[in-house]
Amino acid sequence: MNAPIVGVLALQGDFREHLAVVTRLGAVGREIRLPEDLDGIDALIIPGGESTTIGKLATRFELIEPLRELINGGLPTYGTCAGLIFASSTVTEGNQPLLGVLDVVVQRNAFGRQNESFETDLDIDGFDAPFHAVFIRAPWVEKVGGDVEVLASVQGHPVMVRQDNILGTSFHPELTEDDRIHQMLIEMISRR
Amino acid sequence: MERGTDLVKRGLADMLKGGVIMDVVTPDEAKIAEEAGAVAVMALERVPADIRKDGGVARMSDPEMIQGIQAAVSIPVMAKARIGHFLEARVLEALSVDYIDESEVLTPADEDYHIDKWAFTTPFVCGARNLGEALRRIGEGAAMIRTKGEAGTGNIVEAVRHMRTVTAGIRELSTMTSEQLMTATRDLGAPYQLVKEVAETGKLPVVNFAAGGIATPSDAALMMALGCDGVFVGSGIFKSSNPSLFARAIVDATTNWQNPDVIAKVSMGLGKAMPGLEMGTLTEAEQLARRGW
Repeated sequence: MNAPIVGVLALQGDFREHLAVVTRLGAVGREIRLPEDLDGIDALIIPGGESTTIGKLATRFELIEPLRELINGGLPTYGTCAGLIFASSTVTEGNQPLLGVLDVVVQRNAFGRQNESFETDLDIDGFDAPFHAVFIRAPWVEKVGGDVEVLASVQGHPVMVRQDNILGTSFHPELTEDDRIHQMLIEMISRR
Repeated sequence: MERGTDLVKRGLADMLKGGVIMDVVTPDEAKIAEEAGAVAVMALERVPADIRKDGGVARMSDPEMIQGIQAAVSIPVMAKARIGHFLEARVLEALSVDYIDESEVLTPADEDYHIDKWAFTTPFVCGARNLGEALRRIGEGAAMIRTKGEAGTGNIVEAVRHMRTVTAGIRELSTMTSEQLMTATRDLGAPYQLVKEVAETGKLPVVNFAAGGIATPSDAALMMALGCDGVFVGSGIFKSSNPSLFARAIVDATTNWQNPDVIAKVSMGLGKAMPGLEMGTLTEAEQLARRGW
């Protein structure tokens, strides 16, 4: 099998860090800015960044519908922080463009402003060692739909979820050297 | 749980990459910026073009106005403190702004010392004209750098000069042998460990944005093409003839800086950009980039 192609939504945010992880794991990374960039990708990453900006740019550059179609069709997808928010079906406050593919209600900036941003060792279901997780003005999941598994929580609030082909984390593995969660995404490609 | 670590401070700047941070002076302007797709807003009392025009001492923004802006938008809110004015910075930290800009656009409070930024939980961004200045600020704890450019002029020439100077400095370091690095450290006036790190990695250890003189979508794209991670736009938005259109077009051009067709399309029908100033018309005292060292 050829190396899988992982598209990283590159409208705004820390997409370069995700591309570096994907390359480390032997996949081919591709920056996605326009609908035609989506042709032939095997998985998708929605990076950290500012979710309102990413949503607006995705709307202006007509990416919302093509992304929904691919993800609902089973494309392995991973959203970090803003990516989790953008993938979700609802946010608790405000009105911003969302993909609505992940059946969760998300609260943005749930831990507070930047002074409350933190790093911590996190226990994740199915991992035998803790994951060093970086939370930056991070969201948490307020409510999950029936098909959503919660894989990790902080103070009782879900911060990592999975629903079929979609993974979401409130934190940023791409800012650390721990590639285990990205590895999960790559494994989803071969199982598809 | 650890707060205020390097990773957390520099990490927020990572999340702003590829985006546009806009100067705003009221909650209404902040809403326009957010609606246009700004990744953050910079709250200040006057935009640089007005500071230039009106003169007088430019200070930190009114805390009440900052809170009003924080209440109006959900994106990060930054604010400026005067160079060396660590008390203004403490007040901004108490207000929970997301980033503090120790800025040459305001009137300096200390002509010898910049703020010890390690002492804060809130991260700092600082301006730089060259690699030595950037590394001195990082050495003091800045978690993000921007070019100084020449704020309030609508003239991109100084931002280009500063970005090219930083890039050339990095390129030069990365060709050096290890015994050359201490001499480079002396010449740059920068901490040795940072000089060594830049020589080894070929890049700054923090995110570097463009600022100072960006007035059009093409200006923003130019700075991205020169290797900046994102852009600050000060007077360029709210001194243009149509702030929401300009703001949106600059956001679109920053994302698609590699695609001239997109930049051409988003640049149409915007109206007039802010009025520009030729550098030759500014006296030394009027050149804000000379503030700080």
